[in-house]
Amino acid sequence: MSENHPGPVPLLAARGLVKAHGRTRALRGASLELREGEILAVTGASGSGKSTLLHCLAGIARPDEGSVTYAGERLDRLPEKRLSELRRTDFGVVFQFGQLIPELTAVDNVALPLLLAGTGRGEARARAGEWLERFGVRGQEEQRPGELSGGQAQRVSLARALVTGPRVVFADEPTGALDSLASEQVMTALVHTARESGTAVLLITHDAQTAAYADREVTLEDGVVVSGAGAPLGVSR
Amino acid sequence: MSTRHILLGLLARGPSHGYDLKRRHDERFPQARPLAYGQVYTTLQRLVRDGLAEVDATEADSGPERTVYRSTDEGARELAEWAGGIAPPAPFVTNEIFAKLVVSILADGDPAAYLRAQRTAHMDRMRELTALKTAPGADLSTVLSADYALNHLDADLRWMTTTAARLTHLTAEVDPA
Repeated sequence: MSENHPGPVPLLAARGLVKAHGRTRALRGASLELREGEILAVTGASGSGKSTLLHCLAGIARPDEGSVTYAGERLDRLPEKRLSELRRTDFGVVFQFGQLIPELTAVDNVALPLLLAGTGRGEARARAGEWLERFGVRGQEEQRPGELSGGQAQRVSLARALVTGPRVVFADEPTGALDSLASEQVMTALVHTARESGTAVLLITHDAQTAAYADREVTLEDGVVVSGAGAPLGVSR
Repeated sequence: MSTRHILLGLLARGPSHGYDLKRRHDERFPQARPLAYGQVYTTLQRLVRDGLAEVDATEADSGPERTVYRSTDEGARELAEWAGGIAPPAPFVTNEIFAKLVVSILADGDPAAYLRAQRTAHMDRMRELTALKTAPGADLSTVLSADYALNHLDADLRWMTTTAARLTHLTAEVDPA
């Protein structure tokens, strides 16, 4: 588990991010801060730039302009090799449709990040089993994603995102495909575990009831953070 | 909320006295305003007057005398009719937020800023309710009451989001000059 560094210095900060897809500018100067252990919801209408922002913050995409700083490192300038290392050790990602590997069982899906990090198969499977239990999907270890309900599959995805003890979990519409009871189970599990382990969560959602699980909310509009950004961040349009 | 029907519902499980009915009401409906004793006794007397309940016994074990009430057959029929009848869906909900928006446009205020501030207040309340219902040991009555409030606040928020997107048109309609 990562060491905690509470204090005013943000764990992850974006300043003036600009990112275009072809001729469409998805981000037009977006800025935000995520503090250690904080659960932050990023809300906004479809097409407001939420997912692009997540990709830039998680080191999946590089911004055209602006900076992303993670624990003192300029993420947007890191070589690809260091970026993939960070994504493996420090970041966990959950998408709307869990994106589990359909051929692998639940426990092997969760064990995968550990195996990639060099943990032995026996230990990786044992730790994966413990995480499945924490997320209330015990008994489904040997089932494949197609045999799980949407809510169960999403909790397996959460277990996979958290199994390596990341400092930040990025969740992109994690309840987008779920009914309200399954959403509640997924969010309760995510928030409870993140608080217990001091993991920061960046939660992308268009759903206010999901956003209400977070400590704080910022809203994106046309690629710019328009409200709730907290400290003045020099937002420019 | 019909206090007389809720008291009749509590009496459906067997005879009970006013103090016990009040206690069970407040337990069962944790988010509702607690019933005042005066209201419980007045309502019980009216139920007796209307033939829906009757006095079962008068107890005086070790404290003051207590009247125990029970439901009548007429009371059970009335209760079944009420509980199975639909609550009329309101054709238009009284909407203070809409009134404030229109007034804000008329008075050359900043309706967009008002909507953002209102959204923040709604989200603050939704976070409180979410914390309440996910707190360890929260009972199901609390969870369901919080869910009800959350869904209504969420409906307000959706309406505010759509309205924010239509603000230019609304301004033109309210204030054509």
